[in-house]
Amino acid sequence: MFFPISGAHISPIYLAIVGFLIGILGGFFGVGGSFIAGPALRAVGLDWNFAVGTDLAHIVGKSVVAAKRHRALGNVDLRLGLIMAVGTIGGAECGAQLIQMLKRAGNVNLVVSIVSIAVYVSISTFMIWESRKTLRTQKRKIAAGPIKGPTAKRDHSAFKPTTRAIQRLKIWPMVALPTSGIKAISIWVILLVAFIGGVFSGFLGGGAGYIRMPSMVYVLGIPTHLAVGTDLFEIIISASYGTFTHAVKGNVDILIALVMHTGAAIGAQIGAISTQYFTGPKIRLAFVPLPLIGAAIVIYTLITGHKL
Amino acid sequence: MKPKAAKTLRAFLVELAVYAILVVGYFFLVLHFLGESLHQLEMHHRYTYAGVAILLIVGQAVVLEALTTLLLRLISGRSE
Repeated sequence: MFFPISGAHISPIYLAIVGFLIGILGGFFGVGGSFIAGPALRAVGLDWNFAVGTDLAHIVGKSVVAAKRHRALGNVDLRLGLIMAVGTIGGAECGAQLIQMLKRAGNVNLVVSIVSIAVYVSISTFMIWESRKTLRTQKRKIAAGPIKGPTAKRDHSAFKPTTRAIQRLKIWPMVALPTSGIKAISIWVILLVAFIGGVFSGFLGGGAGYIRMPSMVYVLGIPTHLAVGTDLFEIIISASYGTFTHAVKGNVDILIALVMHTGAAIGAQIGAISTQYFTGPKIRLAFVPLPLIGAAIVIYTLITGHKL
Repeated sequence: MKPKAAKTLRAFLVELAVYAILVVGYFFLVLHFLGESLHQLEMHHRYTYAGVAILLIVGQAVVLEALTTLLLRLISGRSE
């Protein structure tokens, strides 16, 4: 199929399958999936700028589907999502400026690569430690069989004492998040978490869900299921903003995004529904390979010089 | 395989087949004709194109979500 905006010839079936796979990941983990979509679009000859912008447009659509499904399951905290969207957009702009500064200094590729590898590996290492420790503790506490149904949303974390200390910080203004079960938390903490996610999004590209979702769980103390759903809702706003700015710069082939999204729409629903059958620590443990895939792609790019 | 899981899988496969037929029709009927007009818009009116792009992807998301939910409801209802 010919896509006149980018001038690319790509099989629509290929695009729908890629969208389907990314949709499952997005619905289940609350991530955009740029680390797969980018290379997948590049692999069929789409220019890098179009791959980035088009992927963002597709993320908007996929997140709408997955967030709607998560909302039906009670997994979206709208108030938290709206506050986070403000921080993410601000952070993404700062990250993009940081990239421009490094470009002028002439060492952008090396710095971005090293930072991203360190971040990806640290997240995976921490999450594997925390989720395994939590699962071991739970196993000792629960004598009965596997947790299923609504009780699967009861979240436990080995990092809880630190999270509670962060929640006790009284920096005005405070906000209550009843949907997430938080009586009061400083709005600045939420904005900071979102801002850092946004900086990484602007700095490394993609939606940076691999940073935001764990930060929401460990720093803010949001239950994993709600972190996934709320992150998707937040992505709708921040990715729409990114899509608009990229489209104005001529980096979005919306036809490719629409075709990819036909697969993602069904994949995202499967992913979202599947979260019901897993406890928070299990979702976090399954999340571990995602940042490592990101790190592997960066290492490959660094060694070979070919951008995937 | 448990009977309930088998039923869910069957319903899902039927949904996927019906969905695939509808989507293929959509590729050729809608996207084929939209292509050239969107290309012109992208070349001459970037800001309008950016707005239209977001509306299209959000609109498609809402429609497809409703469609898949309806399909699943119809298929699950019929198989009971």
